[in-house]
Amino acid sequence: MGLDFSVVPSYADALLLGVIWTIAITVASAVLSFFGGILFAVIALYAPLVLRLPFRFFAWLFMGTPLLLQLFLIYFGLVELGIDLPAFVAGVIGLGLHFAVYNSELIQTAILAVDKGQMEAARTLGLSRGQALVRVVIPQAVRDVIPPIGNNMIALLKDSALVSVIGVSELTLSAQLAIGRTYRPFEFYAVAAVLYYVINLGMEAVLRRIERRTQLSR
Amino acid sequence: MTDTPFVQIRHAQKAYGELEVLKDISLTVERGEIVAIIGPSGSGKSTLLRAINDLDPLTSGEVILEGVQVNKQLPHRQYEKHINEMRQQIGMVFQHFNLFPHLTVRENVTMAPKLLKGLSSADADKLAEEQLAHVGMSERIDYYPSQLSGGQKQRVAIARALAMKPKLMLFDEATSALDPELVEEVNLVMKKLAEEHMTMIIVTHEMDFAASVCDRVIFMDGGVVVEEGPPSVVFQNPTQERTQNFLRKHLAQYAEGAK
Ligand SMILES: Nc1ncnc2c1ncn2[C@@H]1O[C@H](COP(=O)(O)OP(=O)(O)O)[C@@H](O)[C@H]1O
Ligand SMILES: [Mg+2]
Repeated sequence: MGLDFSVVPSYADALLLGVIWTIAITVASAVLSFFGGILFAVIALYAPLVLRLPFRFFAWLFMGTPLLLQLFLIYFGLVELGIDLPAFVAGVIGLGLHFAVYNSELIQTAILAVDKGQMEAARTLGLSRGQALVRVVIPQAVRDVIPPIGNNMIALLKDSALVSVIGVSELTLSAQLAIGRTYRPFEFYAVAAVLYYVINLGMEAVLRRIERRTQLSR
Repeated sequence: MTDTPFVQIRHAQKAYGELEVLKDISLTVERGEIVAIIGPSGSGKSTLLRAINDLDPLTSGEVILEGVQVNKQLPHRQYEKHINEMRQQIGMVFQHFNLFPHLTVRENVTMAPKLLKGLSSADADKLAEEQLAHVGMSERIDYYPSQLSGGQKQRVAIARALAMKPKLMLFDEATSALDPELVEEVNLVMKKLAEEHMTMIIVTHEMDFAASVCDRVIFMDGGVVVEEGPPSVVFQNPTQERTQNFLRKHLAQYAEGAK
């Protein structure tokens, strides 16, 4: 039997909805992973030991175990503790925290690499250490890791397919549902792949624009 | 209280492990006075200057500004509050400018006054315009530091420090990192401050500048003040052999470089 893409257009609406959900979950998780990454970096570097130690454990948990397992734990596991999250929210938390830990590693290194003279100049003007971190050091550290954070965000987009298993009807799940009706796995997976690729191109364009904007500020 | 010196350093000692960098230095600076600190590299000039605003804390000794001890022993929180207040009164200019690269010239100047003195954006803008006009940098107000020459960066750094309306300005080799042709524009700004009677302590290796602008020259070597006095005395009739040797070498180098 040959390939037949003629069945695809009748699922265009469902696939488009899948694309929208994929973008929504990627953007929401990316935002969480960005600000979470900054917060985690500050905790890892500057928090007192009582905060730092549990955080170390938490970071290890998110880096050392499969993301799929983490999603199951958040979506199915937490129900036992009386926390019944909607699938989308569970997905954003799982993806967001997972990538926040990776972003935090990048940001920590970048914070330590900011020229010492920057902190000194800020302190000399009378800023407290905290003010100097927030106003001077962290913005430069974040600026310096925009490209690798961008790579993490591309990885996040691809890993967002995992939330299909907890029932978020994003692009991969939409394709699977269409396949269930039509028995045309190649066609729909191929179309989904192309759609991921297009979203990816869009993300890269946005990232390049952000990078260009920070060009002068180095 | 008129006989209290403006800045007083008493028995300043600083050691890094075994290495004694400052060995019991005492000196005073009067209000409006302009003091040059000269001496060979590694003699402790930067360490002394940076002890004045407690950026490099002394091992022992006191720094007193207008009767208030800068390096007071206080519990951590109280010390932080105290030192931040003191530092607002002490401007500092670094060899490598240390402008904030992620902020425009305007933002570099306005950040601290807005944050620490609660200036409104409009007032802060006015302040930035004033201070930048003062150092001749009005035209670059919305540039980023990366778009400026070294001399321009240093002038902005001076404006940034002045925007906090400090009582005292510290300069640590403000022109050493500059290409020779950019030194003069920064010296001119410092001369202007001198004419306005800003109290300044200037670490420099430009003997000409020290001689023409400063009221007093302090020669340091090996962590001690070897000799101090008006430039006419220290440069023309130094009494200490170490000073004579330093000046001979330095002035000879200078004369050679000028050819
Ligand atoms: N953080 C530090 N740790 C160890 N030694 C230092 C440190 N900072 C400065 N020194 C030493 O202190 C001495 C004086 O340095 P410095 O004050 O920078 O001299 P100058 O400014 O006169 O060139 C030098 O021998 C230098 O190597
Ligand atoms: Mg020095």
